[in-house]
Amino acid sequence: MKVHVQTEVNGEAVEFLCDPTTTLLEVLRDNLGLRGSKEGCGTGDCGACSVELDGALACSCLILAAETQGRSVATAGLQCGVCTPGIVVAAKHLLEQDPNPTEEAVRYFLAGNLCRCTGYDKIIRAVLDAAAEMRGEAA
Amino acid sequence: MQGFAYEAPSSLDALRARLAAAQGAGELTQVLAGGTDLLVQMKQGQRAPGLILDIKRVGETQALTVDGESLTIGASVPAAKAKAFPLVAEAFPGLAHAIDLIGSSQIQGRASLGGNLCNASPAGDTIPALIANGFEAQILTAGGLRTLPVEAFVTGVGKNALASGEVLLALKAPVPGPRSGDAYQRFTPRTEMDIAVVGVGARLTLDDAGVIASARIALGAVAPQAFLAEAAGAALVGTRGEPEALEAAAAAAMAAAKPISDKRGSADFRRRICGVLVKRVVAQALERCTTGGAK
Ligand SMILES: Cc1cc2nc3c(=O)[nH]c(=O)nc-3n(C[C@H](O)[C@H](O)[C@H](O)COP(=O)(O)OP(=O)(O)OC[C@H]3O[C@@H](n4cnc5c(N)ncnc54)[C@H](O)[C@@H]3O)c2cc1C
Ligand code: FES
Repeated sequence: MKVHVQTEVNGEAVEFLCDPTTTLLEVLRDNLGLRGSKEGCGTGDCGACSVELDGALACSCLILAAETQGRSVATAGLQCGVCTPGIVVAAKHLLEQDPNPTEEAVRYFLAGNLCRCTGYDKIIRAVLDAAAEMRGEAA
Repeated sequence: MQGFAYEAPSSLDALRARLAAAQGAGELTQVLAGGTDLLVQMKQGQRAPGLILDIKRVGETQALTVDGESLTIGASVPAAKAKAFPLVAEAFPGLAHAIDLIGSSQIQGRASLGGNLCNASPAGDTIPALIANGFEAQILTAGGLRTLPVEAFVTGVGKNALASGEVLLALKAPVPGPRSGDAYQRFTPRTEMDIAVVGVGARLTLDDAGVIASARIALGAVAPQAFLAEAAGAALVGTRGEPEALEAAAAAAMAAAKPISDKRGSADFRRRICGVLVKRVVAQALERCTTGGAK
């Protein structure tokens, strides 16, 4: 039997029918065409599918779409970069909690977002730069 | 994932009624909290329930409250919320650290203490910290509620004391008094995103002369389930945590440990690490008894 779900994605009301076994990640990509969130592993290890669900950071590959009834979901939209949209969601969540994180704090917070290209240095510097900019300091 | 029905009852009565109906119909039911174990297990074909009962809309499972003498953490409260709760961070820094070790920031947005406990992995990080702190499991039964100490709740690898039709509702512990401290440490090859090779939790309380009046030491990943190492605690009571007392506690813990050998470490290695961690954790808890808590 299909489940009827009404929820909010990136501030817009959405409605869909899905099988109970469908994950939020599948609905975002296949039903709603929001392909920023990626499937890297499907098991919670890589963070490429990161979203915020009612403001909590989570892996959408481990959320049943049916669970999102009446909730609100936020994704990051980017066409390319397998890891980037997930990192943007996680970094936004961190900077909202802590506008002035140390480099070490950023590294620990993003430990659940895997990137196979950069060696993380540029990512960490970008988050620290964004934090400085958001605090109104020259980056 | 194999097909299943999904339901999310929104009250205790609705949950109890649905559990009873499922039990009567012989439906294979799996409770869903954060899903960080369950969805992985279903995707890997290790579990194929006919019914998923999401308990997160039942208010009692989302409780996070202090009522004078006790702290209650609802079974489905996510890790990120539990570790940031002021009383948890201040009076249970060891438990807060254990919660903070679960997976990544993403995993902690959903993973619950109830799920960590019910999943009953020998390496579940919060279990030794819950045992050391004297948490009890509050269980919803067909007729009412029953309680069990956490050490009696975990019964084997992936096994817990819940009977069919029962659900864990909340975890409850006494709020510690003065001169008391807890700690949890685990050994992992990597600093993040890894599974405990050994985990040790401790809660100590001193009398007003600075002598250890009570000590609870719990060990994880060195037996089929986490357990209270009573002899290790007893070796500390009546001492001031002098080096000889720490050695005696470590020896008692190593004697109680029954580790296995696997790719993560040999039994001998695990037993030795267990002794090292007991000394470190007791020293940290002892320091918190005098400095009054948080990190
Ligand atoms: C990438 C990754 C990293 C991880 N790292 C760690 C780690 O470092 N340390 C660690 O300890 N764990 C780790 N885990 C495992 C997992 O995140 C934790 O065990 C978590 O606490 C499980 O909670 P949950 O709410 O997601 O449980 P769920 O997946 O919802 O449930 C787990 C099990 O318990 C049952 N259950 C849940 N709640 C109840 C209830 N109230 N009553 C009865 N049964 C119930 C479910 O049916 C299921 O069998 C990791 C998982 C992932 C995916
Ligand atoms: S796809 Fe969800 S964490 Fe990797």
